[in-house]
Amino acid sequence: MQIDAPLFPEGTQRCDLKWFTFWTGLWGLLTLWGLFGAYLCFRYGLNQTNMNDYFAFGLWIVIDLAVIALGAGAFFTGFLTYIIGKKELKAIINAAVIIGFICYSGAMAMLTVDIGQPIRGWFGFWHANVHSMLTEVMFCISTYLTVLIVEYAPLIMENRQLSKDKFLHHLSHNLHHIMFIFAGTGTFLSFFHQGSLGGMFGVLYARPFAFRTGILIWPWTFFLFILSAIATGPCFTMLIVWITQKVSGKQLVKRSVFTLLAKISAGLLSVYLILKIADTLYWAKVTAPSLGFVLTDFYREGPYGIWLLFAELGLCGLVPALILLTRKGRESNFWLITACILACTGVTLNRFVFVIQTLAIPVLPFEPFVAYLPTWQEWAVGLAIVGYGGLIYSLSYRYLPVFPQERELNYGASKA
Amino acid sequence: MKPQLGFGEGIKYGMIIDLDKCIGCGACVTACVAENNTSILPDESNKVRSITWMRLYRFDNGKPYPDTEVCYLPRPCMQCDHHTPCVSVCPATATDYDPDGGIVSQIYTRCIGCRYCVAACPYHVRYFNWFDAVWPKGTEAVLNHEVSPRMRGAVEKCSFCHHRLMAAKAKANLEGRRHVLEEEYKPACVEICPTGALTFGDLNNPEHRVYRMSRDPHAFRLLERLGTQPKVFYTTRRRWIRWMSDNWLEGEDKGLTAASGH
Repeated sequence: MQIDAPLFPEGTQRCDLKWFTFWTGLWGLLTLWGLFGAYLCFRYGLNQTNMNDYFAFGLWIVIDLAVIALGAGAFFTGFLTYIIGKKELKAIINAAVIIGFICYSGAMAMLTVDIGQPIRGWFGFWHANVHSMLTEVMFCISTYLTVLIVEYAPLIMENRQLSKDKFLHHLSHNLHHIMFIFAGTGTFLSFFHQGSLGGMFGVLYARPFAFRTGILIWPWTFFLFILSAIATGPCFTMLIVWITQKVSGKQLVKRSVFTLLAKISAGLLSVYLILKIADTLYWAKVTAPSLGFVLTDFYREGPYGIWLLFAELGLCGLVPALILLTRKGRESNFWLITACILACTGVTLNRFVFVIQTLAIPVLPFEPFVAYLPTWQEWAVGLAIVGYGGLIYSLSYRYLPVFPQERELNYGASKA
Repeated sequence: MKPQLGFGEGIKYGMIIDLDKCIGCGACVTACVAENNTSILPDESNKVRSITWMRLYRFDNGKPYPDTEVCYLPRPCMQCDHHTPCVSVCPATATDYDPDGGIVSQIYTRCIGCRYCVAACPYHVRYFNWFDAVWPKGTEAVLNHEVSPRMRGAVEKCSFCHHRLMAAKAKANLEGRRHVLEEEYKPACVEICPTGALTFGDLNNPEHRVYRMSRDPHAFRLLERLGTQPKVFYTTRRRWIRWMSDNWLEGEDKGLTAASGH
């Protein structure tokens, strides 16, 4: 009998505590390395990175954008479950919320290191510039993180020992009853911040690589970022749950849950790709030429060649969409997970391209291309989110009833 | 393309730089650093982090000797007049466009250092303080008391020596005048230029030299077709330099005048 067995969810088994300690220790070390990198940045300044006045944004912003897109599985699964009424997704919603919480809290922590004056971070709220997309991002991400905390809290309160406290038990129960309010709020907030993250780059009318026309104040990237996030967020959720199943050696959700999410993802990914290709064509044929650029000006030899475009939209866009659109693709574990990996890679590539390639390409004809490679401090802080995520997720899986179908799928209804 | 002028009403301070007079001596760069208490980095050979509010570019026409021609191009902040790219993106309103004078300001103590403005600016006029400013003992004596030094983690840029405008306005006030005369307010770079390549004044005032010079057919601006409406003009009779001021498609009519050059 494990010493921490009383903390396990009712009727479940967990691995030996020493293996678990070793496992979480690895994630802990990664996090500690990241905290050390963060300490160096706070102590000595951002000269610890390789960012410069050409590459004002670097690895951290790419990771922030990518994890926020991938963490969209939280709000979107919540929307599907509580607003659209796909009750079968209750089997995976807890995992999605935890992943979302990790992604958003990790991103906020990374941003604290990224800005030059972290103590002044609240000025974005106090001296808000209503015309800036970044202001909108700050407001919505902060409030959405609060929503995620409220969605995560009942799960923590349902820990077997914590729920013995009557107050916590009733609080979590009542929060579940009104969870649709948070799901709705989360959907609303996420729509705006996912969009504004895209809007941030689309409005840069003086950086032709990023600039897009749009509708009213919203560049098309606003809508494309939302679409790509809701298309690939569920893929990321499925990927993490599948990894959890592999590592724990248990089935945790019914296969039909994956199939449903895969189908929804397929549809959204297809719509996204059609609109994204249309937007890319218009930008390449009309917008950029009006500013004196042709496509080959943006995609030159080396790291930012045209292969990037084909990788993002082709290998990591069309291919996973086609896989997920077919029943065989959705029902085969190999193809489903391959498609999820490709889709998640695609959205990461998209964020990378908007951040790094935008900054790499000079606008003034006599300015050069400048190269950028992150320092180890940047990698440390960037990978800390993975370590932190591993820690939180592992602790949650071990001690919280994350997967409602776990008992039914592994221990049978007759076992207590 | 002829400049689309019309900066709205009121005073709009601007500059015109004669590239046929600039000899690339760098006095403007030095004067700017001295005037504005710009910090010196531990490694000033790292040009991608060097703080150069006034930056001197050197480029050539790409032809081999004896047809090589070189251009030195001083580049302060363009003080963009239309939908200023950096102002619209700042989340903390640390940078703002002042309609009275047209100068784009920067509040160093409000800047959170997110660097969105640095990303938005196509002219690379904005500089982030990657390091703490260090003033070796004794050097603090040469700091200009009218300009605040900046801290690590904040963005800074050319302000058209705004402190000099404040001093000129105070002087005019004392003398019972509301307006500042053309010769009373000049940024340090304009003042120091040995060849007189830099001219500064009110682009909307017909009595100022910049008014006439900016409307000359040989005047142009950097990245005109982006629509930022910079208030820094350049003039040259050398056509190849004008071609370097913007991006063109192959075969595109670059809209140059018949008034010739090379």
